[in-house]
Amino acid sequence: MKLSLDTSQLDFQRSLARMLGAADTPSAVRAWARGEHGPGLAVWERAAAMDVFALATPEAYGGAGPLPVELAVAFVELGRHAAPGPFVETVAAAALLSRLAERGAAAPAAAWLPRVRTGGARVTLTLPGGGPYALDADVCDAVFAVAPGTDTLRLAAGHGPVRPSLDPARRLARPCDLGEPLAAGPAVREAAAYAADHAAFAVAAQALGVGCALLERTVAYVRQRTQFGSPVGAFQAVKHRLADTLMGLEFARPLVFGAAVALAAGAPGAPAEVAAAKAAACDAAYAAARTALQLHGAIGYTAEYDLSLWLGKARALRSAWGSPAQCRARAMELFSE
Amino acid sequence: MDLDLTAEEEAFRAEARAWLAAHVPRTPLRSLETREGFAEHRAWERTLAADRWSVVSWPAAYGGRDRSLLEWLLFEEEYHAAGAPGRVTQNGIALLAPTLFAHGTQEQRARVLPPMASGETVWAQAWSEPEAGSDLAALRSVAVRERGGWLLRGQKTWSSRAAFADRAFGLFRSHADPDRPPHHGLTYVMFPLDADGVTVRPIGRLDGRPAFAELFLDDVFVPDADVIGEPGRGWGVAMSTAGNERGLTLRSPGRFLATARRLVALWRETADPGDTALRDRVADAVIKARAYQLFTYTHAERLAAGGSLGAESSLNKIFWSELDLALHETALDLLGPEGESAAGEWAEGYVFALAGPIYAGTNEIQRDVVAERLLGLPRGRRRP
Repeated sequence: MKLSLDTSQLDFQRSLARMLGAADTPSAVRAWARGEHGPGLAVWERAAAMDVFALATPEAYGGAGPLPVELAVAFVELGRHAAPGPFVETVAAAALLSRLAERGAAAPAAAWLPRVRTGGARVTLTLPGGGPYALDADVCDAVFAVAPGTDTLRLAAGHGPVRPSLDPARRLARPCDLGEPLAAGPAVREAAAYAADHAAFAVAAQALGVGCALLERTVAYVRQRTQFGSPVGAFQAVKHRLADTLMGLEFARPLVFGAAVALAAGAPGAPAEVAAAKAAACDAAYAAARTALQLHGAIGYTAEYDLSLWLGKARALRSAWGSPAQCRARAMELFSE
Repeated sequence: MDLDLTAEEEAFRAEARAWLAAHVPRTPLRSLETREGFAEHRAWERTLAADRWSVVSWPAAYGGRDRSLLEWLLFEEEYHAAGAPGRVTQNGIALLAPTLFAHGTQEQRARVLPPMASGETVWAQAWSEPEAGSDLAALRSVAVRERGGWLLRGQKTWSSRAAFADRAFGLFRSHADPDRPPHHGLTYVMFPLDADGVTVRPIGRLDGRPAFAELFLDDVFVPDADVIGEPGRGWGVAMSTAGNERGLTLRSPGRFLATARRLVALWRETADPGDTALRDRVADAVIKARAYQLFTYTHAERLAAGGSLGAESSLNKIFWSELDLALHETALDLLGPEGESAAGEWAEGYVFALAGPIYAGTNEIQRDVVAERLLGLPRGRRRP
């Protein structure tokens, strides 16, 4: 058994954190929300250059994947820095296409995966079990869709109007003008479920990073904000909320990495492990957001203050790729063996 | 990163499973908080020790198997999955033994540990006093110097297992110095509960069972050989292993995993599948039991690599105590009108779980520790 990150995984984490920390992601998010994608796409390209997408791309297409543990490391950092863009969806699409290729439908993988690996293709998708919206379709090169209750994969030629999300960095649109089937049958059904698990897993890791950022920012704030002649962080009511926030995150973390191990092993229990991780990480991140807002007070309730970027994301991720109730229902299978 | 066990770990786990299947009593023992139940639990400890299953992580010289912390966790998972009895020896094994391994003399280990491992000597803790609960350093019971040892004088309370135990361990004020902070001048001693000058008054917990006791100490003689570490420096001796009480060695994940499995089984038997509110509570308990297991594996790995836990054991303590309550409260709610009945495992487990957020340092104190030591928030008005 080995549950700590190894040296190369830690190096990867540090490099990614350094790159994202220097990228001024809050400005990129604000621009992204206005439909100005340039600064966000620069971050996307740097992440691609650090092989984030190669982690989800099989070797046959030039990648190194799938490497779920490294993906978890990457998504925690992407969440911590609130990086905008369809990272989760592109990684889920890589899972969808590579699983389909393993089941004999190789053409879509051959067409898209080499470009996914380099970051040259941004891909989004809708799948059964996910929501109706394809995230950031307006900036994607491909919008894949498997409609609920069907086992047909199609490419959408377009998308409906862009709707704002509670997270300003997430732009929502429905796929439309669905084209001819790219693949159909039980293989699509299975690959879609596999891809939806990867999306939920990536969201769980991202939410963990969002929660960590909210906690770090709030701890820094309550140490320097003074009222009644004392830093507000000296008050027990404040301390206890932050202690609970840390506890939620620290007990979600092993579930996220446990899900990574289960996905890497192809374990039959992986969907339940992913669901448990998503329920716990999204709960912990959302609780962190509520605490962060409350302990910042009025300044935290302003759009201008950067905290708002993580507050919205914590709320939005809860609903993305599996609601709390759906995740809990599936996590009941954890001990079914 | 992986969760794979080595062939040796798998073999150990299988051996434990087979032994437990052959030896765990078919009918549950009576409550260990009763005189008869206590005796039955002590007999069970003898059975465990006879085949060297009572302290698998200890050195063989003291009755153990030299197994790793991870293997101990696996043993615990098997133990609880088999529905084996509660451990009447736990205070000694989880709290006193680590202190002896860290600070005891060779002579003390050789004398104290083997009868602890066999259940021949059952230990109670003697920390709290009427005016020293969460603020343990405020304790007033004294140890007065006497030829060849110390005389203990004062009152201890909430002493778990003391109603039927043989010996106790705790802190006493041996060096009074009003100019220094109160955790200076304390001495860590072991003493017999049947000695001259000891009066044990059992206290009924919520269900009336004598799960703990008050101890009145009237010039109880303790030889120097029963002092652990240096006289006057008992606080450091006690605190160096306090993480054990809050952390993974007192409440291993195996216990909560087994309870979570029983809860899922109860839910499948009794619940209305449309009652998603109850289902979500069951699912939360299951998720948390799994989280605690993985969290503990991670920490065991860190300890095995030479790391330490420190204030992180406070996170542990809050988590398992709240999880234990949630598991049992959910079960009682699932039982419907039967949930009121005081008979049965769920009710006894519930009463036991109610104490969890209070003992071993209240959860409020643990939250202070987490905030101050892990998050670096300013210290409150408490003394250190």
